[in-house]
Amino acid sequence: MSAPQLEILAIAVLAAVGCSLVGVFLMLRRLAMLADAISHAILPGLVVAFFLTGNVSSPWLILAAAATGVLTVALVEMLSRSGRLKEDAAMGLVFPALFAVGIVLITRYAGNVHLDVDAVLLGELAFAPFDRLIIGGTDVGPRHLWVMGIITLLNLAVILTFFKELKLATFDAGLAASLGLAPAVIHYGLMTLVSITAVGAFDAVGLVLVVALMVGPAAAAYLLTDRLSVLLGVAALLGAVSAALGYALAIVLDASIAGSIAVGVGAVFTLVFLLAPNRGLLAVMTRRRRQRWEFAQTMLTIHLAQHEGSPDEDEESCIEHLHGKHVGWTARFTERVVALAVNRQLVTNDGRRLWLTSAGRQEAGRALAR
Amino acid sequence: MSIFHDLVFDYTLRTVALGSAALGLTTGALGAFAVLRRQSLLGDAVSHAALPGIVLAFMLTGARTPLILVLGAALAGWAASLTVMLIVRTTRIKMDTALGLVLSVFFGLGLLLLSVIQRSAGAGQAGLDRFLFGQAATLVGDDLKTMAALGALVLLGLMLLWKEFKLLSFDPDFAGAVGLPVRALDITLTSLLVVAIVIGLQTVGVVLMSAMIVAPAAAARQWTDRLGKLVMLAGLFGAVSGLVGAVISSLVPRMPTGPTIILVVTAITLVSLLVAPNRGVISEWLRTQRRRRRILDDSVLAALYRLASQHPDPTTAPHNLEVVRTMTVGAGVRRTLRHLADRGLVQADPDGRWRLTAEGVTAGRAVVDHAEVSS
Repeated sequence: MSAPQLEILAIAVLAAVGCSLVGVFLMLRRLAMLADAISHAILPGLVVAFFLTGNVSSPWLILAAAATGVLTVALVEMLSRSGRLKEDAAMGLVFPALFAVGIVLITRYAGNVHLDVDAVLLGELAFAPFDRLIIGGTDVGPRHLWVMGIITLLNLAVILTFFKELKLATFDAGLAASLGLAPAVIHYGLMTLVSITAVGAFDAVGLVLVVALMVGPAAAAYLLTDRLSVLLGVAALLGAVSAALGYALAIVLDASIAGSIAVGVGAVFTLVFLLAPNRGLLAVMTRRRRQRWEFAQTMLTIHLAQHEGSPDEDEESCIEHLHGKHVGWTARFTERVVALAVNRQLVTNDGRRLWLTSAGRQEAGRALAR
Repeated sequence: MSIFHDLVFDYTLRTVALGSAALGLTTGALGAFAVLRRQSLLGDAVSHAALPGIVLAFMLTGARTPLILVLGAALAGWAASLTVMLIVRTTRIKMDTALGLVLSVFFGLGLLLLSVIQRSAGAGQAGLDRFLFGQAATLVGDDLKTMAALGALVLLGLMLLWKEFKLLSFDPDFAGAVGLPVRALDITLTSLLVVAIVIGLQTVGVVLMSAMIVAPAAAARQWTDRLGKLVMLAGLFGAVSGLVGAVISSLVPRMPTGPTIILVVTAITLVSLLVAPNRGVISEWLRTQRRRRRILDDSVLAALYRLASQHPDPTTAPHNLEVVRTMTVGAGVRRTLRHLADRGLVQADPDGRWRLTAEGVTAGRAVVDHAEVSS
C-alpha cells in the first residue's frame, strides 16, 4: 500500500470508529434516523458558514454545521411536541427542507467554488491525502486525519467521562430525571456530539457514509452483546473492519470509496445478522426448529401419559393411531418424533405400540405442571 | 401573462410542470397513508434504496428507457422495504435502525455501481446521476407518459382497495380479526408507495423524495380529520407544489427544480400548520385568548355581583376597583371592566367606581349560580 492509501485508510477507520460510538446511543434511543436527518440538514449551515468565511477548511464551518444539526433536532422536537405531527413525519419534513435550502444556496451562489453537491453527497476521500495540514511550514499529515482524529477522541472522552449518565439516561430516562440528571441536557449534549461527528465525517467521507457508519456497526454489535460497554467496543471494531474491508473493495473495483465502505458495512452486518450466536438468523431458525421437535416429543409423552391405565391404552399408543386421527400429525412427522423420543429414552417402541418410560412420564408431568 | 403562455406552448416547461404535478399528486395521495401509518421515513429509505436498482437496470440492459429504469428502481425499493421488514421481524433491531441501515447500504451500493459504470461506460451513461438530485429539465415526453401511466395505476389500486387500506391504517388488529389478509395488504400498500416514489426520482431525486411523501400529507392533515379528504387534499397539495415549483425554477435562473418543489411543499405545510382552522397554531392561540378573556370576565363579573347582591337594588351599588381586584383571579381588572362595559354588563360612575347594569346582574347571577352548581 502506498502512503496516500494508508492515509485514506486511516481516515476511513477513524471516521468509522467515531461514528459507531455515537451511533450506538442513537440506536439505543431509537433515534437512528436522526443520523440521516442531521447529516442532511447540516448542509445549509455548512454553506452559510462557507459564504461568511470564504474558506472551506475553516473550523467555523464545523461549528456552524453542528449548530444546524442541533437546530434540526430542536425543530423536529418542537413540531412533534406541538401534537400536530408525529415524530417521524416531523423528521421527514424538516431535513429535506433544510437540505433543499442547502442545495439551492450551492447551485445559485457557489456553483463553481469548491463546494459542490456531488462532493457533499459522495465525499472525496480519494483526494483527502492532497489536503494537507501545515503547521508552521511543516506538513503534519492530511487535514481530515486530524479533524476525524480529534472528533473521535472527543467522542471517546465524552462517552468515557459521562458513561454512567449516558447509560442511565438511555435505558431509564425516568430514573435519570428523578436522580437529577437532566435528560434534556444529556440528550442535547449527545445530539451536539452527533452533529459534530456528522460534520467532520461528512466533510471527509460524504453524507451517505456517515449514516452507514453510525447505524450499521451499532446494529451489528447489538446482535452480539447485551452489555453497553462491550457494545461500544464491538461497534467500533466492526466499524473499523467495515471501513478496511470497504476500502479494499474500492481499490479492487476502482470504485467510489464512500460507496464501497457503505457496502462493506452492509456486508459485515449481513454476516453478523446471519451468523451471530443466539441472535443471528441461523441460530434463531435452528432454535425454532429444535423447539418444534422438542415440543412434539413433549406432546407425545403427554398423550401417552393421558391414556396410561385407561381401557383404550393399547389402541391409543399405536403409532398408526397417533398420526391423522388423534394428534393430527403426518405419518412422516410422527415417525421422526417417535424416533427422537426413543433416542432420548422418553418412550420405548416394541413394534406393536409405544411404552412410556419413567423419564417420559416425568417429562409429561413436568410439562403439565407448568 | 407569458408564464401561462409558456405553460401551454413551451414544450419543456409544459412537460416538466405536468410531470411534477403528476408526481406530486401520486406521492401526496400515497404519502397520506404513509404518514398515518407512521411510515414517513420508509419513503426516505425506499427512495435512497432505488438507486442501485436504477444503475443495475442500466448496466444489464444498456438502455435508458424510462420504464426499464423505473422498473429497476421499483424492484430495488421493494427489496429494501422487505429487507427492513425482515430485519425488524427476526431480530431485536428496531424500525429506525433497520431503515437507516438499509437506506445507507443500498445507496452506497448504488454509488459504487454508479462509479464503476461512469469509469467503464464512457459518456453514454451520463444522465444516471441526475437521479441523485433530480433534473426535471431533462424530462421528455416518454418520461411523462411513463409517469402518468404508473401514477394512474397506483391511484387506481388505491381506489380499488380503499376500504381495506383504510381499515389497515386505522385498526390493523380489527382488519385481521374480520379476516382481511393484513400482511398481503401491508405489502401491497407498501408496493404502491414504492411505485409512487420511483415515479418521482427523476424529478426530485432520491435525496429529497421523502419530503414529497411526508409534506403534502402533513399539510393536509391540518385541514381535515377525514381520510377521503386527507388523501385528496394531500394529492392536491402535492400537485400544486410540483406545478408551482417547476414554474418558479423556470423563471428564476440557476434554481434547481427538485429542491424548489421541496421548498414550495414545505412552505405549504408551514402555512397549514399556522393557519388551518381548529388544528392551526393561530386558531389555537385565538381559542386560548378567548378562553382567557372569558375566565377573566366571569371572575370580575362574579365579584361585582357578589358585592352588589348585598344591596337591596344591585344596579345602584357602585364598587371600588380595588375591592374587585382583591376578589378576582389574574391581573388586568381594569381592562376586563372596560371589556365588560363594552359588552354592556357594567358601567363606570363619574367617581371611577363601577356598577352592574341590569343585564350585568342577570349575567353575574348566571356565573355565580353556575359556579355554585358545579362546585
